[in-house]
Amino acid sequence: MPVISIRDLVKTYHVGDITVRALRGANLDVEPGEFVAVTGPSGSGKSTLMHILGCLDRPTSGTYILDGKDVSRMSKDELALIRNRKIGFVFQGFNLLSRTTALDNVELPMLYNGAEKLKTAERHKRAMEALKAVGLGERFHHFPNQLSGGQQQRVAIARALVTRPTILLADEPTGNLDTRTSIEVMDIFQKLNIERGITVLLITHEMDIAEYGTRLVRFRDGRIQIDQKITNRRDAAKELAALPPPEPDVPVPADEKPVEHIGGVV
Amino acid sequence: MSIIMTLLIALKALNRNKMRTMLTMLGMIIGVGAVITMVAIGKGAQSTIEEQVKAAGTNMISINAGNFTQGGVRQGGGMSTTLTPDDAQALRSVPGVQYVAAGVNSRAQLIAGNQNWSSQIQGTDVEFPLIKNWPQKYGSFFTPQDVATAQKVCILGQTVSDNLFGPDTDPTGQIIRIKNQPFKVLGVLAPKGSNGFQDQDDAVYAPYTTVQKKLQGIQHINNITVSAETPETAPVSAAISELLRTRHKLLGSDPDDFTVRTQEEMASVRTETTKTMTTLLAAIAGVSLLVGGIGIMNIMLVSVTERTREIGLRMAIGARGKDVLMQFLVEAVVLSLFGGLLGIAMGYGLSAAAENFLKWPTSIPPNAIGMAFGFAAATGVFFGFYPARKAAGLDPIEALRFE
Repeated sequence: MPVISIRDLVKTYHVGDITVRALRGANLDVEPGEFVAVTGPSGSGKSTLMHILGCLDRPTSGTYILDGKDVSRMSKDELALIRNRKIGFVFQGFNLLSRTTALDNVELPMLYNGAEKLKTAERHKRAMEALKAVGLGERFHHFPNQLSGGQQQRVAIARALVTRPTILLADEPTGNLDTRTSIEVMDIFQKLNIERGITVLLITHEMDIAEYGTRLVRFRDGRIQIDQKITNRRDAAKELAALPPPEPDVPVPADEKPVEHIGGVV
Repeated sequence: MSIIMTLLIALKALNRNKMRTMLTMLGMIIGVGAVITMVAIGKGAQSTIEEQVKAAGTNMISINAGNFTQGGVRQGGGMSTTLTPDDAQALRSVPGVQYVAAGVNSRAQLIAGNQNWSSQIQGTDVEFPLIKNWPQKYGSFFTPQDVATAQKVCILGQTVSDNLFGPDTDPTGQIIRIKNQPFKVLGVLAPKGSNGFQDQDDAVYAPYTTVQKKLQGIQHINNITVSAETPETAPVSAAISELLRTRHKLLGSDPDDFTVRTQEEMASVRTETTKTMTTLLAAIAGVSLLVGGIGIMNIMLVSVTERTREIGLRMAIGARGKDVLMQFLVEAVVLSLFGGLLGIAMGYGLSAAAENFLKWPTSIPPNAIGMAFGFAAATGVFFGFYPARKAAGLDPIEALRFE
């Protein structure tokens, strides 16, 4: 049974008098354990698809079955619960809370866990496990501005993992990173996909990043143009081993480099 | 999501910017502190008056000659000559009356040795210290004999004694001269202090007959002081009025030619005044509380805008609209409640300072604390709701894109 199944998905926006037909009937089935790279030019509808797949938005028409449940007609509150339980988000801009330790950032989704109440100790344990899974077990008490971009993105991945979601949605996760860190991050996604069997949906407009996946979906004008298996899947772990050793990991002093963070001052 | 989680999230968010949190609270701290201090000062004044009334004896009734308005002509109190010693005598027959003292007022320069002092001479009767519940410091009060024979004897108030003979001196047996007539000092009354308007110890008490005959040369008296047997003075004062009207042959619509006031009535005027002052002060302080509330709303609105992406993220990872609403509401309430608590502490501090440095009596009524605290919480909810609703209404996609 596919974990994601969308049928004739249509999304229409009204911006003033102009009607934007972002999705014009998209069909897609994603089986568990797949690593789908979604590409396409800007305006092709891939972001809209991600918003609907991420339950941040509802389609104008068509159905979306996630993990056997029709979520296309759910209420906002029901969708919030689905996002919390079944979906892990990774964003281009990391979206970590500033002045909040890595551990607290990773624990954040568990605070919204609805009926599933977790004790503080259990939350810590699960957050630490997630941080270890992305190789940041040592840096759990660091603040985002003391971490490099790649490390911040790994904290964000840990945050997405901590609720043990069905799918991982990554929206341009390497967009703010240099080549080496990009490969490091892709390595984590590949490991999670291969070793843990987590379904990954990755939005990117870089073809070489898309090639870390198992399947390529290309959008054009609100429809899926290409949907094919990736035959020559890149292996991030091998590529990392081939690269020259990384420069020593110097923690960024807290007040030197303002990294992107959300929430700003408060 | 449980309220504890919401509280935890709100506290973490507030903790992330301590400076702003403190500054926002400051409005609340000052507002609540000002209200508490003002109420404390007002209440302190009020309870001082109440204590004085109690000390003076709540069963006291005073009758003054004349009425403030008589037939449309407004007269100064005590100008009238309608009260007589016989009136005073007659009051003893009124049921409920315990003690009666006729009174004549005068003012004169007092001379003792090479010292002199201008003070009031109050002619009164032997029952005066019983009515006023006023003990003697030195010597004893004059006797009915002294009154009957208009003896030139007197009792000094503490202030007069201090000024004529120096402090800590017992002047009993000394002679003072009033209008060039020698008066023998029989004793000194215990110091009573100010009643809020005048120094009660700045007076000399002599038999009213003496003041009438030797100092004033008059037949009438200025006032009568009566004490009732119980604090229920209203029926007694009504009976006194009736008796005096009969004695003065006043008919139906004739206005009284005397004024009867109970101690309670006199005190209530002053209590009313301080109450009005307290309310006024508290109202002015309340304005600063309101301003503090608006300050919280202002900061929360700025905060919602600044934290738009945070809100978007929280929604993306599973926060419902009401979770976000609660978070911001709880933040506002926590701000105002902590501000309120610190404000109460500040109110206590300022009240203590007023008491110690300005010597103003203060008293903080417990319900003022409850009210200030409740008002602070209500302010938090009221002014926190709009920003919180704004945050909860954000679209997660838009919020995540917000720069």
